Amino acid sequence: MDPISESRRRISIKEHALANVSSPNYPGSCAGYDDTFDIKSVIEKLKVNIKRLEGNEMEFDLIGVEPAIPNAFRRILLVELPSMAIEKVFIYNNTSVIQDEVLAHRLGLVPLKADPRLFEYRQEGDEEGTEQDTLEFELKVTCANNKAAAKDSSALKDIYVNHKVFSDSLKWVPIGNQGDVYTEDDVGPVHKDILLNCLRPGHKLDIKLHAVKGIGRDHAKFSPVATAYYRILPEITLTREVEGEAADRLQSCFTPGVIKVSETKDGRKVAKVEDARYDMCSRNVFKHKDLIDAVKLDRVRDHFIFTVESVGALPPDVLFIEAVKVLKGKCARFLEELSTI
Amino acid sequence: MLAGDKGNEKCRTFVFHNEDHTLGNALRSIIGRYPDVELCAYSMPHPSEPKMLFRIQTFGPPAVEVLRRGLSDLQALSDHTLKVFEVFFQCVVSYNI
Repeated sequence: MDPISESRRRISIKEHALANVSSPNYPGSCAGYDDTFDIKSVIEKLKVNIKRLEGNEMEFDLIGVEPAIPNAFRRILLVELPSMAIEKVFIYNNTSVIQDEVLAHRLGLVPLKADPRLFEYRQEGDEEGTEQDTLEFELKVTCANNKAAAKDSSALKDIYVNHKVFSDSLKWVPIGNQGDVYTEDDVGPVHKDILLNCLRPGHKLDIKLHAVKGIGRDHAKFSPVATAYYRILPEITLTREVEGEAADRLQSCFTPGVIKVSETKDGRKVAKVEDARYDMCSRNVFKHKDLIDAVKLDRVRDHFIFTVESVGALPPDVLFIEAVKVLKGKCARFLEELSTI
Repeated sequence: MLAGDKGNEKCRTFVFHNEDHTLGNALRSIIGRYPDVELCAYSMPHPSEPKMLFRIQTFGPPAVEVLRRGLSDLQALSDHTLKVFEVFFQCVVSYNI
């Protein structure tokens, strides 16, 4: 491949620097290449490939776009997609050792299963909340001595009742007709075993909570993703044969699974690239002077490996779809506004 | 949403309220590649001020037209991403079952 199309396609990882980090792609900046933005050709180039979908995690490839596009999706996933979280905490009694405000903050971070698409944003100044915009929970726990405990027992779980408060103690209180529409499983905490507080006999919690819809820009607890990130596809090319002891050394320079050492018919050990996808792109190989000329490390500029990890309210594929819809909606809104000028 | 110099309609600075790099950079990456655009850039005047300034200077067409084209191209691109993703997702799900 000639150097110009090479530099346009790949970012090169050198011993002490990265080469071709940015490639000018404005019309006319590269002789022989038409960089004019043409929606038809951009759409033709775009490819999606779903690689992994396991519970709350999804990994897929987004190929043929500029970094600004996946970055917009990533930013939207993190801070612009709504989710439900506890926002108001009414503490009627809290005699535990955790201060009211610390406990309130802790409660706010508990992920809820409620689907935010079924709720409205609560109006500013509204203290009560309605069935469309609020989920009410109750946390009433009292710790006491366990009278039935064996005399010689000293384990906390035996001698006390309720000495640990978990998220399953959050009892949902339906407002209006919510009881007909949702079940406790639909709206309650995603995890039942989050430790909220530790009590001792006599300690008491009597708390009412309001969960509302919000976005991650306002507070991270509203962010529907644990992480959403992308990396650029690594590409490793062996420019000459590496054999024997050097092959093992080469293998140890990369993430396990990237380089495979196999035996040829005539009994030599030879290294070859198995799968560069999950390489961490360390530059360990450059420590070995005799291997420097054997490898070429690159990253494919327009190939993004996108990973979305949901907190649990919505599956990751739905989150990505919602994120794309948000970007689409932004364009539609401004186009609409422009049409009035 | 609109601010700018009167007279020359080829140059405009648009003020996008409640927007940031998410829309700014995505839009810039598209409009910047139009052949009739001389300059396209955006900035956030201050991180705690929820607005984004978007500058377009063209070789001919009115800046508003170019912005409109950019927005509809970005809309078409996200629409296409959505379609392609949904199709592939359905394939993967049905294949796994």
